[in-house]
Amino acid sequence: MAGSGESSRAGHVGITTALKFRIERRKRQFRAIRKRRELTPVADRTGQIGPKAILAFLTIRNEKPRLPYFLDYYRALGVDHFLFVDNGSSDGGAEYLADQPDVSLWHTDAWYRESRFGTDWLNWLKFRYGHGHWTLTLDPDEFLVYPYCDTRPLPALCGWLDQSDIRTFGTLLLDLYPRGPLSAETYREGDDPFAQAPWFDAANYMISKNHKYGNLWIQGGPRARAYFENAPHQAPSLNKIPLVKWNRKFAYVSSTHMLLPRGLNRVYDEAGGEKATGCLLHAKFLDTLADKAAEEVERRQHFARGREYDAYYLKDEGTEGLWTPWSKRFEGWQSLETLGLMSKGNWA
Amino acid sequence: MSVGFVMMAHAALDRAAQVALHLADQGCPVVIHVDKRADAADFFDLVRRVSGQPRIHLAPRIACDWGQWSLVEASRSASAYLLAHAPDVRHVYLISGACLPIRPVSELVAHLDANPDTDYIESVTIEDVTWTKGGLSEERFTLTFPFAWKRQRRMFDLWVQAQRRLGFRRKTPDGIAPHMGSQWWCLTRKTLQGILGDEKAPHYDKFFSRVWIPDESYYATLVRRHARQIESRSLTLAKFDFQGKPHLFYDDHLGLLQSSPAFFARKIWPGARKLYGAFLGTQQPKARRRVAQSEIDRTFAAAVARRTTGRPGLNNAGRFPSASFEGPLTAAPYAVFHGFDDIYRDFPDWVTSNLGARTQGHLFSPESADFADGTDHSAGGLTAATRLRDYNPEAFLANIIWSAHEAYPAFLFAARDNQKITGFLARDPNASIAVISGAWAMPLLRSGKPVQALRRQAARLQQREVRMMELLRERRTRARVRIWSLADVLNAPAEPLRAVLEDHSVPGAAALTIMPSLHDMDALAAFLTELRNIGMDPHTAGPVVLPQEPLDRRNAQELG
Repeated sequence: MAGSGESSRAGHVGITTALKFRIERRKRQFRAIRKRRELTPVADRTGQIGPKAILAFLTIRNEKPRLPYFLDYYRALGVDHFLFVDNGSSDGGAEYLADQPDVSLWHTDAWYRESRFGTDWLNWLKFRYGHGHWTLTLDPDEFLVYPYCDTRPLPALCGWLDQSDIRTFGTLLLDLYPRGPLSAETYREGDDPFAQAPWFDAANYMISKNHKYGNLWIQGGPRARAYFENAPHQAPSLNKIPLVKWNRKFAYVSSTHMLLPRGLNRVYDEAGGEKATGCLLHAKFLDTLADKAAEEVERRQHFARGREYDAYYLKDEGTEGLWTPWSKRFEGWQSLETLGLMSKGNWA
Repeated sequence: MSVGFVMMAHAALDRAAQVALHLADQGCPVVIHVDKRADAADFFDLVRRVSGQPRIHLAPRIACDWGQWSLVEASRSASAYLLAHAPDVRHVYLISGACLPIRPVSELVAHLDANPDTDYIESVTIEDVTWTKGGLSEERFTLTFPFAWKRQRRMFDLWVQAQRRLGFRRKTPDGIAPHMGSQWWCLTRKTLQGILGDEKAPHYDKFFSRVWIPDESYYATLVRRHARQIESRSLTLAKFDFQGKPHLFYDDHLGLLQSSPAFFARKIWPGARKLYGAFLGTQQPKARRRVAQSEIDRTFAAAVARRTTGRPGLNNAGRFPSASFEGPLTAAPYAVFHGFDDIYRDFPDWVTSNLGARTQGHLFSPESADFADGTDHSAGGLTAATRLRDYNPEAFLANIIWSAHEAYPAFLFAARDNQKITGFLARDPNASIAVISGAWAMPLLRSGKPVQALRRQAARLQQREVRMMELLRERRTRARVRIWSLADVLNAPAEPLRAVLEDHSVPGAAALTIMPSLHDMDALAAFLTELRNIGMDPHTAGPVVLPQEPLDRRNAQELG
């Protein structure tokens, strides 16, 4: 019972356009390869990586409190090895990571901004170690959920994607927030962040298509309504493609919002059907955000996002914070699927 | 023992060994064929595991290619081996290494003992097969396929096209009519011996060795020559997705598998510990009420519907219909009332009570989105902020309708509102749009300002209205549209309301029982005349004339 594979190629384009994108992709790869010099290995356990290992790639800076829960979450989900770039942490996070048995760690003091917010460093590590593997590219405050994730770990998802000839898995970055001001509760190392920040917006997302790269551009959620109601075009992008069967010909263009070649961005159906997708639960809105915002405003490292941090820094949140009477409480993947924030697609 | 198994294994050999041992422990002989391409270390591990069990045999290994003759060769030789070495076997059941017995073997044995002469094999004539994908059904038999579909796709496609263009056709040998069906059969010794020992076997084998995916047709076709009694169904539960790829079963399918009437299921995800534990454990899971196959099919039919049709009105990371999509743009039907609240007093209340709707105000008002309860936020987390709304009004409306679960959604609209949404409304088959053209004049009239000062504004509003009506009258408009002019309403004020009730199929619609009172329109004719006199033609309002008698009395008469 054969069928044509789930084609994820973008529509036919002229040869000049195709060439232009190929040149752009090569440029990014060379950039990534060049940027490898900025990375010094601290703990290299990449020898442990087996042929079927699922890998996670991250850049961190002063995020120690988040690390224990993060690692446990993804270990339980089925990540076999973590590859971290430490961008000059001074809170002991690097030492903590270096001691973990399934972590490889690199250090850099180079500028985050110059590395396009870590994309170049991680592109290099994926080029070197990710080829042929299912790879997750994440921030330490992003937690992947997908249909059936409570009974089917990542190897099940990746196996199904392989069988279906699908190379990329799309997600919505779903901001979760507490009820009340961020400072009301203190996040302690190892805590489940969503015990503290379980609320989300169910249906205020706006989508348009990025015709250049063929990806969807999703905005909205609590950040758009609370911080960008007068400048919606600046509201952060919520479309992410964090899970990719990596090939060294691939490159992320900006964060994990889009990739080259462009066919990898076709994680959605345009004829009315639903492709299987997940959510990246975003545990950004904790009391730690205030310090982070202050630090980032000071450093001015998040270039485009500088404005965003200004907004968090300056905005008075009021007594309810981001919460509204319409906010929904996170209770598992099922309700996210019912609400339409993710899709089971063809996975039954 | 009445049943023996032939197992085709190529991956997850540890699971294959586990299942084989389970079957052998129940007293059934098992012949395992391991693909020659399988990992060598995994193979030796399997050998080590099963070597202590005398009922398990290993067939000579053949390198198998998906969709190729090698698979049939392998199952043929393994079947022959089983028949020769287990003389008391009456039924041979072909399974794969990814199959799992989902009912006790004793139940299977009892079932086969009760039907000793029946062959269980799906065998359908090619005209009746509905599940072939990729457009190849009859052509599987009439073309040749020297290239591996999985590894040499481009050559495969080119070769098929070339043969089509040249009109190449192979002849089907005499004595057989091509049938197809699931590979996983359970045949009687007699039938299987007939197939394997057929005097014309070399002839047929030569034919089938060039058929595409012969494992789905070889036995299904030849069984028709030898069987006495065929039950054309597989005893193995196997589901396929919209592309013809097998669905996998996971731990969360336990309940579903327990209620299936089938004896085996495939494919099982090798990591499904709970399933393997439950069905291969010493303690069989409690039998559940067996349901009809159709009930299980429904779960998987839903997956196909989701992947191909999706939930109407949903936009997310996995569904974003293109601009040329012709289906509904929103999740459910809804009503738009253009200009009505400028004519009828307390119109939202009338809609709410007569249509059972949840009536929002002017959602696209330039001041702020006027939600039903007058709050700043609405279901889903939307806010009344206009910039955010106008940044993507289509998403805004789709979100409103998506979140409106309890009641029929309705909202007010007018020429003074942001018009960016009108194209979307016109294209959406869920929209039911009732328009009173010229209603823009009413708020101007009520403002009490001199006509001279209102002229520009009047012209602009009318222009917007004209543009919208052009959209609504376009041929590709899929919304349901009703249009009255202001003059129509003055002549018969109850008419639009009656039509609205009728359109929304409210029982007893013809008898309009509650008539909202009208805004004061006595000065309207004079106002429009004055506009005309200073050079602006309020044509969308229609020919409004001075009423002969006060409107209120006429209402009373009309309602009778």
